[in-house]
Amino acid sequence: MSRTLTLNIFRFNPQDPDSKPHTEAFTLDETESMTLFIALNRIRAEQDPSLQFDFCCRAGICGACAMVINGRPGLACRTKTRDLPAEITLLPLPAFKLVADLSVDTGTWFRQMYQKVESWIHTDKVFDPHAQEERMDNHLAEEIYELDRCIECGCCVAACGTAIMREDFLGAVALNRIARFMLDPRDERTVEEYFDVVGTDEGIFGCMGLLGCEDVCPKQIPLQEQLGKMRRKMAVAAINDRLPKFLRSPK
Amino acid sequence: MQIFQTDLLCIGAGLAGERVAIEAAGAGFSVVCLSLVPARRSHSSAAQGGMQAALGNSAMGEGDSPDVHFADTVKGSDWGADQEVARIFVDNAPIAMRQMAYWGVPWNRVVPGEQTYYKGGKPFTAVEKKENEGLIHSRSFGGTAKWRTCYTSDGTGHAVLFALDNVAAQRGVEVHDKTEVISLIHDGDTCMGAIVRCLKTGELRAYLARATLIASGGFGRLYRASTNAVINDGGAHIAALDTGVVPLGNPEAIQFHPTGIVPTDILVTEGCRGDGGTLLDVNQYRFMPDYEPEKAELASRDVVSRRMTEHMRKGLGVKSAYGDHLWLDIRHLGAHHINTNLREVKEICENFLGVDPITQLIPVRPTQHYCMAGVRTNKDGAVYGLKGLFSAGEAACWDMHGFNRLGGNSLSETVVAGMYVGAKVVEFLKGAETVIKTNIVADAHARQQQRIKDLINGTHGRENAFSVREEMHDALIKGAGIFRNGKDLTEAVEALKGTLARARRVGLASNGLGANPELALALKIEGMVKLALCVTQGALMRTESRGAHTREDYPDRNDRDWLNRTLAYWTNEKDELPTLKYEAATQTFELPPGERGYGGGKIIPMETPPKTGKPKA
Repeated sequence: MSRTLTLNIFRFNPQDPDSKPHTEAFTLDETESMTLFIALNRIRAEQDPSLQFDFCCRAGICGACAMVINGRPGLACRTKTRDLPAEITLLPLPAFKLVADLSVDTGTWFRQMYQKVESWIHTDKVFDPHAQEERMDNHLAEEIYELDRCIECGCCVAACGTAIMREDFLGAVALNRIARFMLDPRDERTVEEYFDVVGTDEGIFGCMGLLGCEDVCPKQIPLQEQLGKMRRKMAVAAINDRLPKFLRSPK
Repeated sequence: MQIFQTDLLCIGAGLAGERVAIEAAGAGFSVVCLSLVPARRSHSSAAQGGMQAALGNSAMGEGDSPDVHFADTVKGSDWGADQEVARIFVDNAPIAMRQMAYWGVPWNRVVPGEQTYYKGGKPFTAVEKKENEGLIHSRSFGGTAKWRTCYTSDGTGHAVLFALDNVAAQRGVEVHDKTEVISLIHDGDTCMGAIVRCLKTGELRAYLARATLIASGGFGRLYRASTNAVINDGGAHIAALDTGVVPLGNPEAIQFHPTGIVPTDILVTEGCRGDGGTLLDVNQYRFMPDYEPEKAELASRDVVSRRMTEHMRKGLGVKSAYGDHLWLDIRHLGAHHINTNLREVKEICENFLGVDPITQLIPVRPTQHYCMAGVRTNKDGAVYGLKGLFSAGEAACWDMHGFNRLGGNSLSETVVAGMYVGAKVVEFLKGAETVIKTNIVADAHARQQQRIKDLINGTHGRENAFSVREEMHDALIKGAGIFRNGKDLTEAVEALKGTLARARRVGLASNGLGANPELALALKIEGMVKLALCVTQGALMRTESRGAHTREDYPDRNDRDWLNRTLAYWTNEKDELPTLKYEAATQTFELPPGERGYGGGKIIPMETPPKTGKPKA
């Protein structure tokens, strides 16, 4: 038995002087195994070719299609309509600059994040093309990959109370990035250097602990756990020199 | 007209584009990467299985060397590869993998001691050496003599792209995302950059560059059913073809991957079979060993896809609302292995099929996956026909893959070619200034501005771009699928000629303002149909079967007449068909044409066998 779906979609094209922000309702017949990827593309091909939204891999891998689906940030490509009521409301992700309709500019946000946290391996070593690779324990490699699985979809930022209120908050995605590098022995930054980046209200101390980030992460990355670990490490680092020797943590 | 100027302009910010960008930025040149999407969403990120490089650290990779990798690659290509390029690739691949480790890729590593692995659904043990502990591990992939595929779980492309984009950010490579190249700026002799539409505002810009690189990936989205991301629709190939002087190499060489899921056509990695997964039919019978006793599920992709199709044609496929399919079985690999090394596969199965691969079978069938076809370059990555234009990665026909590429060789190619071609681009930038002719820039910009106006005003008609695309999809799969024949190809070419005429009459239904998606499609639909005509016409003319190009009416591999590469030019804008020329597949033969060792089929030999030998380094 097929349903008729009503999709209430946020519409606004800032490049069109006649366009005003509003919600537009589209109806279409639900088909078997329908996802929002299929539904939105059908609306574009059959009803309104100007409708803007972002899809790329359509396989839940690239993070392009995050939007607010019935009040919750998520990946549209892998959201099945059968898991939703017949009335579906789609809004663009908050916290990112709107391009038009459901399309937002995540690229600019993330590139400035890379610069803020210096999202790369810091090392004084020089690559030697003739040498064997440096060894790493496989279990550690798997732990790093666990945090590297972030797809920068922006859901955690959109679901974050602090990030919505203050533009300078780094967000769970950036804190997770730092946690990833702290775990990686190839990065030679010290705890103090990491502290300079995230040890403020813009970083780990800005989080209000609402847990929205982890709730909506489509990759189920343990974001709160990373935050907790970093807070502990930083707290220890701050008092490390005053502790008796046997209690001090190594650099 | 907004103008940007840079030393190097990379069209594409996936692995190949960014690797070249990093090389140039490291040498002190300014670089801008253009990308349809933020760099990390590039289709490279969807590559799961891994990258081939003959490191030989793992127990099952012992005794591996670039020479063995070379032989696998050339056999895999069905001798269509340029052997000099294949040699450059295999020799540099280990360096590139180690460099990626240095840049932060969390490669899976060798765990010493006795390990249980699977082959063809059966467990066996192998002892990983203590002295190799912590070195880069490798898994098995199709068409290889050794376990050679370096991997990070089944998110290799993602992990490598994130590491590389980190380095790009560190080195100050600019990425202008949400931009789309709609034409190259050139005077028939030299490329000077590109005309670009901003996909945030719709504004038209000119990017002027001393060197331009096409690294935009493949054009799988010409097909309706493809594993590719929706952005892989050939935009930059079209810009290259439109110059009239740049050829596409082997446009008919299109790969179908054995395991796209049904429905939705999303890829599940070859790593599933490499790690010991099997293919089953409607009776849950493992059929591949009957066809390929030696390699079974791990023959090359062209062979496995053909055998699967043959088997389904015998009525042994599983019927479904979405057509026939077969089963991929990884249940025996167990929860731990699937949860650590095949986790993306698990997520995809759960999210898109509602299937738990630990306990259930995965519905699969061969699906368009890769273009061996691409912008033809020489071994330095310099594009035929225009100075200052380079290409690398899937976008290019460099040509190490010939008529079939091995799994794990394309992801590897992106960073190896990126490293090698990157160095050549740096040499080029150090060697010469490019003269930018302002009248050429203004003309190119004005021409695109006029095209946009005509599409919005419906000057040439009001054909619907989406419907034209549907017609192209139909014709292309009819002619240029897994099995091809003269009759279907002739019909496809004729149909596509009609589609091309329609594409030339496209006009918008919407207002075209801003980053209007209808305009984006309308701007490239004519070019997409031209690409489809290159594929089908190339396939119609090639009266032999080689690698992924299988002609039912010409089943033999014909080394006597067809050991060559198709070069497809679109000489005059208004032509109905491409102009096809041919060149020798390879100038040197390190490995003379012979049997692949899988796939069967007869070979018509060359009249005079070539001189062989390894070229001097």
